[in-house]
Amino acid sequence: MIRSDILRAIAPIIRDKLVVCNIGLPSQELHMIDDQASNFYMLGTMGLASSIGLGLAIAQEKTVISIDGDGSILTNLGTLATIANNESNNFILLIIDNGSYGSTGDQPTYAGKKTSLSAVARACGCENVLECQAEDTGTALQLAIDSKKMTIIVSKCKSGNIKVPVITKDPVVIRDRFMTEVVSSDG
Amino acid sequence: MSISKKIVADFVANGVEFVTTVPCKQLGGVIDAVEKAPSIYHIPSNKEDEGMGLCAGAFMGGKRSAIIMQNTAIGVTVNTLVTLTQFYRMPLPMLISYRGELKEPVACQVEMAVHTKALLTQLNIPTYHFHHQGDEEEFDAILKYTFMSNKPVAILTDATFWGGY
Repeated sequence: MIRSDILRAIAPIIRDKLVVCNIGLPSQELHMIDDQASNFYMLGTMGLASSIGLGLAIAQEKTVISIDGDGSILTNLGTLATIANNESNNFILLIIDNGSYGSTGDQPTYAGKKTSLSAVARACGCENVLECQAEDTGTALQLAIDSKKMTIIVSKCKSGNIKVPVITKDPVVIRDRFMTEVVSSDG
Repeated sequence: MSISKKIVADFVANGVEFVTTVPCKQLGGVIDAVEKAPSIYHIPSNKEDEGMGLCAGAFMGGKRSAIIMQNTAIGVTVNTLVTLTQFYRMPLPMLISYRGELKEPVACQVEMAVHTKALLTQLNIPTYHFHHQGDEEEFDAILKYTFMSNKPVAILTDATFWGGY
């Protein structure tokens, strides 16, 4: 499975949740597969999906899922320490770890070599860290949602991309409809 | 009331409930006051761009947020300010220690000080400079302006304002 297969598999699980999705192809793929007002697509700023998601989770009570990549986590590695020390039980960080910088041409990341992001997360103090294979991502995610405990999931998958259109929605529209979902009564 | 307490009281009066900080010696008092404010969630950041991400999330979650950092951070956060805070039109008060100004003992701080206002101008970020004690009287109005305009706004606070090192 590649990242887009995982997004397709988890789309029904995350549809009614607040989702902060990583810059580049992950957001473009999620947008194409299952665009929802409850998805916040990052159009710039590599590395901050987990930070935005944590801030959002602390600020309100609904479940927040940040979908990040191994390359983006490496860009903002300190985020795992911040997450560990600011436990928010409505926050789930899903790291889709394909060992490569997918959006820029699948150059290898260190996470695909010696570095284990799940071990880094544990060393930072994160208490619920699951590493799973791509096929098990949906099950792991549902377990994390049901547990109501802050969870970091590292889903190992193959690198590779599908052809997707860029997101042309205005950023203020993305932000405004997302904030409307944040305060809506359901979800 | 000390300057630090007055600044934090203005944050509270303007509904700021989420503050991230990256420390600077000059801002130690205000960071302590943030930590002690019961209505503020204080979340230290490892790096200022991370802090701006946290603030963006908190803002979308309905909490007014702010960042406290050193002016060296302007060099770190240009991309985040442009492609997150400004692109999505989010308000962000940035209380900044203006290191490298008069009374600065560390020469290297001057190297960033000479670029600070030029960078903020280039980014079209409204910028206020607290140089004299008493300038903090404008802080309340600056916060209101920030949340009215949905923009990042810089408040530079130098060593003369803080009464030296």
